[in-house]
Amino acid sequence: MRFVFKTSYDRDIDLHKDGWSRARIALLVVIFALLPFAVGDYYLAEAANTLIWALAGMGLMILVGHTGLPSLGHAAFLAIGAYTDAALMNAGLPFLVSFPLAGLAAGVFGAIVAIPAVRMSGIYLAIATLALFVIVEEMVIILEPITGGVGGIFAPSIEIAGIGFDRYANLANFYWLVLAIVVAVTWCYANLLRSPTGRSFLAVRDSEVSARALGINVTATRALSFGLSAGVTGLAGGLMGHFIGFFNYEAFSIFISINLLLVVTIGGLGFIQGAFFGAILITAVPQLLAILRDGLGGWGVDISAIPGLDTAIFSLILIGFIVYEPAGLYGRYLKIKAYFTLFPLARRDMFRRNKTYVKTERMR
Amino acid sequence: MSLLEVEDLAIHFGGVKAVDGVSFTVEEGEVFSIIGPNGAGKSTIFNLISRFYRPTRGRIRFDGQDITGLAAHQIAPLGIARTFQNIELFDHSTVLDNLLMGRHTHRRTNFVQDILFLPKVRREERAHRQRVEEVIEFLELEHYREKMIAGLPYGVRKVVEIGRALSIGPKLILLDEPASGLSVEESEEVAFWIEDMRRDMGLTVLMVEHDMGLVTQVSDRVLAVANGQPLAMGTAAEVQDDPHVKAAYLGTPEEDAA
Repeated sequence: MRFVFKTSYDRDIDLHKDGWSRARIALLVVIFALLPFAVGDYYLAEAANTLIWALAGMGLMILVGHTGLPSLGHAAFLAIGAYTDAALMNAGLPFLVSFPLAGLAAGVFGAIVAIPAVRMSGIYLAIATLALFVIVEEMVIILEPITGGVGGIFAPSIEIAGIGFDRYANLANFYWLVLAIVVAVTWCYANLLRSPTGRSFLAVRDSEVSARALGINVTATRALSFGLSAGVTGLAGGLMGHFIGFFNYEAFSIFISINLLLVVTIGGLGFIQGAFFGAILITAVPQLLAILRDGLGGWGVDISAIPGLDTAIFSLILIGFIVYEPAGLYGRYLKIKAYFTLFPLARRDMFRRNKTYVKTERMR
Repeated sequence: MSLLEVEDLAIHFGGVKAVDGVSFTVEEGEVFSIIGPNGAGKSTIFNLISRFYRPTRGRIRFDGQDITGLAAHQIAPLGIARTFQNIELFDHSTVLDNLLMGRHTHRRTNFVQDILFLPKVRREERAHRQRVEEVIEFLELEHYREKMIAGLPYGVRKVVEIGRALSIGPKLILLDEPASGLSVEESEEVAFWIEDMRRDMGLTVLMVEHDMGLVTQVSDRVLAVANGQPLAMGTAAEVQDDPHVKAAYLGTPEEDAA
C-alpha cells in the first residue's frame, strides 16, 4: 500500500494524487490510441461504438449519478445531437462547427426544458422526461425538411483539413476522432467534479435542505446539470449519427434511453469510470451472445431462434446488479482492488453500508 | 441597531399555530438561546429565519435588511449559517468536501471556467482550502479530514456540521440543538467552541438547546417558548425561575388536581 505525503494543497486539487496514477491513465490512453494497429476493422468499429456509448453514459451520469435526478428521455438528446449535426453538415457547415453546435443545441434545449421539469423529482420527473422524449420523437417526424421525417437522413462523412474521417473509408481516423473527443470530455468532467460547480451538484443530490442553507440555488443547479448532461449526450448523438451513417427516428428509441440507464447503473452510479465500465458491458454482451450462438451452433444447438434473448439477458444482468452489487461494476472493481491492496487484512464487511441516521423531514 | 430583529412572527399550519406572535432581538456578539418543551416551535423559528417556511405574519430583519421575502438560498450569502437538529450532511462526500461546499457563497468562478479548470479556479480553490483548514484546526477535525461522512460516528458528524456552517464565514450562526445526543465531555467541548466563536471570531450565536447546563454556561439571554408563544425572556437564571416556564415544563398544581 502506498501513502502519498502531501506538502501542498495543490496535491489535493490536482486530478491525480501522484505520478503513478497519472502514468496509469496516460498508459490507458496510449493503449486505446494503438488499438487500430492491433485489431481488425470489425472490432475497431465495436471499440468506437463502445466509446460513443461511454460518452453518452457520461452525459447521463452527470444527471443521474452526480445530481441524483432520473431521466428516461435521454435518447431525445442523442437524437437532437445527431439530427443537428447531420442537418448542419448537409447545410454545408464543416464538422468542427456543426459538432459543437450539436452539443450546444442539445444542452440549451435540455436546460430550458429542465427549468420547469426539475421542480419535480423522483418518479414524476422520470415521467416528465419520458414525455419530453415522445415530444422530440414526434418533432423529428414532423420536421421532415430538416430531419428527413420517417424516411431518415444521411450523416455526411467527416472531413477536417482535407483528412477524411469517414466511418467506413477511414475507420482508424474516425476511431481516433472519437477517442480524442471522449478524452477531452472526460477531462472536462473530472474538472467539473473537483470544482465548486461539481460540489454543488453533489450537495443537491445528497441533501436539498442543506444545499439551500449553504446558499445553493437548487433549481438553477439542477437546470445547469440537466443542460450539461443533455449537451454531452448531444455530442454522443452527433458521433452516433456518423457511426450509424443513415438513421431515422427509430435509431433513438425508448430502448436507447433504457440502455443508457443500464450503462450508468450497471457501471456504477456516481463514478466517471462507471460510464466506461457500463458502456463496455452494454456493447460487449450482444457480441458475446453472437459468439456463443456460433459456438453452440457448432454443437448442433440453435439459440438464434429464441426471440428476445438479448433483452432477457440484459434484464437478468440488471436485476443481478441491483440485488447483489448496487455500486455497480466500478464499485465491485474498487472492492477487489481494496482486497489486494490490504491483503491479507481485508474483511468481508468493510464495505457494508452504514446505517444512516434519521434525516430531518424533507421540507418543501 | 440589533443584528437580528424578529417581530411578531407567526406561522400557522392549517389550524395548528406552530409559532404565534414571537418577538425578540439578538444583539451583535451575543449568545442567545431559545428553550422550550418538545413541539414548542423552536426549530420552526429557525426554519422561518432560514426561509424554509413562509411566515403567516411578522417580519424578520437582519442587519437592518428585511429578509422576510427572500428565498432560502439567498440567506447564506447575507452571513447567516445554520446547523440542523438531525444532521444534514452530504453523506457520500469527505469531511473536507463537506466543508468546501460551505464555501459556495464565496465562489467567484462560473461553470465554464470550472469545467476548463482555468488558473483562476485553482487560485480560488487554494483560498477556499486555506479558509476551510482554519475551521478544521479550530474544531480539531484534522484526523477526519479525508474520511467519508457515512463512516463517521454521530458526535463527529455534529462537529462537522458546525464546521460546515463556520466555513460560510457567517456573522450569525444558528445552532439547532448542538449538544443533542452528545456525551457530557462532547457537550462541554461545544460550550468552549461557542465561547471561542463569539470571542475570537466575533460571531453572534442563536441556539436552540435542551441541555440547560450548556444554555446556562454560554447564553447571555434566553427566550423560553411553549405552544408557539413566548413565555419569558432574560438571563438563564431568570428564565428558569419564571413561574410560567416552570408551569410549561412541569405542569401546574391546578392541572394535576383536575
